[in-house]
Amino acid sequence: MSELLQHLVNMLVLGGTYALLGIGLTLIFGIMNVVNFTHGVLYTFGAYIMFIVVHQLGLNFFLALPLAVVAGWLLGAAIELTLLRPLRGSDIDTTMLVMIGAWITMQSGTLWIWGGVAKSVATPFPDAPLVLGPVSVSWLRLFVLAAAASLIVFTYLLINRTKLGCAMRATFQDQDTASLMGVNVDLIYTSTFAIGSSLAAAAGALLGPVYVIFPQMGDLAAVKAFAIVILGGLGNITGAVIGGFILALAEELGAGYVSSGYRDAMGFLIIIAVLIFKPTGLFARRERVG
Amino acid sequence: MNSAGTILTVAAFASVPLWLHDPYLMNALITTGIFIVGAMSLNLLLGFTGQLSLGHIAFFGIGAYVSALTSLGFDVGLPGGFRIVHDPWPPLAGFALAIVIAGLCGYLVGRLSFRVRGAYFVIVTISFAEVVRLIALNWVELTQGPLALTNIPSMTIGLPGVGSLVLRTKLQNYYLVLTIAVAAYVLISRLVHSHFGRAMRGLMENETLAVSVGIDVTRTLTLAAVISAGLAGAAGSLYAHYIRIIDPEVFAFINTVTMVIMVISGGKGSLAGPVVGGMIFGLLPVVLRPIMAPEAQWMAYGGVLIAILLVLPRGIVPSLAQRFAKRRSLPETAVSIAFAEPRTKEHA
Repeated sequence: MSELLQHLVNMLVLGGTYALLGIGLTLIFGIMNVVNFTHGVLYTFGAYIMFIVVHQLGLNFFLALPLAVVAGWLLGAAIELTLLRPLRGSDIDTTMLVMIGAWITMQSGTLWIWGGVAKSVATPFPDAPLVLGPVSVSWLRLFVLAAAASLIVFTYLLINRTKLGCAMRATFQDQDTASLMGVNVDLIYTSTFAIGSSLAAAAGALLGPVYVIFPQMGDLAAVKAFAIVILGGLGNITGAVIGGFILALAEELGAGYVSSGYRDAMGFLIIIAVLIFKPTGLFARRERVG
Repeated sequence: MNSAGTILTVAAFASVPLWLHDPYLMNALITTGIFIVGAMSLNLLLGFTGQLSLGHIAFFGIGAYVSALTSLGFDVGLPGGFRIVHDPWPPLAGFALAIVIAGLCGYLVGRLSFRVRGAYFVIVTISFAEVVRLIALNWVELTQGPLALTNIPSMTIGLPGVGSLVLRTKLQNYYLVLTIAVAAYVLISRLVHSHFGRAMRGLMENETLAVSVGIDVTRTLTLAAVISAGLAGAAGSLYAHYIRIIDPEVFAFINTVTMVIMVISGGKGSLAGPVVGGMIFGLLPVVLRPIMAPEAQWMAYGGVLIAILLVLPRGIVPSLAQRFAKRRSLPETAVSIAFAEPRTKEHA
């Protein structure tokens, strides 16, 4: 029983960051119809920003997270402006392949600059975990959970309570009508991609110190994000949050009770199961079955 | 079809060992040839049905592992106390089994993901490749995990009356790969010009219209996935028996990306596209290796992929074919490109 409780606590920590990854990807897919393969690189990028700020610039750990978010935002906006804007109107395969090209280039660049050796980030938290009855959780993980939860709430408010969010939702529903109503669709696209990218960078900055940082860390994160998005239904933000926690639960239980070697296979098994039983995703909004 | 151009190209490739004796370049040509077979199989899906398989290396790797394990033999325990003991079979049987099992996996992936349209096939194929990689890594009893399967026997061909011929040298393997590549080319070209091929292209151009004239979408797409996966499995088998060592690294995503770049740059939906793109990107590392670090090479790969998509979105062969088609004042359709391309190959 206590083992199960421990897994559930771990699930909460992991699920928060997975939800961040999923929201970013599902926003970009839902609004822009772009399968964003640079998502994993943005995640890696966020983690490296954390490393640079803490170890190379010697600044405060808590300053690194907002900096990673801003850096992710800037890099996302740059990718959108240079690669996606010229391809406006091309089919989904072309933009996807361009994103794959950008992913390879950026990941190899990371490898070139920082090398393949895994790096770890020192944190200001005490080593001794917080023990609550049968469950123990490190302070760092608690911080990760709190930060992820606040970012999720912040994104939710941004989408549902602000003018920008309203324009994003309008573009999602009907791009042409939104454009007729005076929404600057190009600006919405850039903002969407930048917001999604900053969320991915935030997830990387949060999970980077928990694990280790290396150039390929984003690959698995990207595929997990895809699993979450499929699980929640493409373009569905609430679905992405729930999907993130479901994936984290499946991984925790899979690693705990089946085999830790297949921990990372859980996401794929979920994708396969969802496609067999409920191809529209668990919380589908749009009919996508062909 | 301009068969003279095809025959001329094959003859040119067949003459290479006569004047090229550098073993390093021969090795590069053989592995390039194997990857071109893989790229051709990918092109069957991407170019003629519009479905992008981003886990194509899974079928290639499964072919490699099946072929290697068939010819090496294995002894594994299963849950419940059962054991499977397999004695080594000749490599040719491994080659056949590689095609069958990779094709079967193609069937499963196709059945699963063609229930829905859109990005699903892409994501399912990536997931599938990752699951297969994890199995290859973790099922140590069968696959040796990261320790790799070693001492895989070279391909052996039984010749009636002569005995069996073991293909050990680079020269022999070069001709083996060339033979398989030509066979794959002929198979795909017959396929896309058949009724089935027209059904595939019809689906890609306008699915609703294709359905309305009675084309079974799921069946057509799944069949294409089976053939494509089987071909990739054949390429994997060739790879296993040529390199003679296989580890889970064969499933690396970058290998799929290499095949995708070969197809996209050469021209998807064109028969000669993967050959042209494959020769360029297969031999590019040979050229780049002395002047660039591996990371810089991959950066260049990504950059070239982006550049081709932005500048030459249809690929090299269709762009050239279009120029020729214009001269002959043919309409610029995918069909005319498919028919016109063999003549451009001698110029590319």
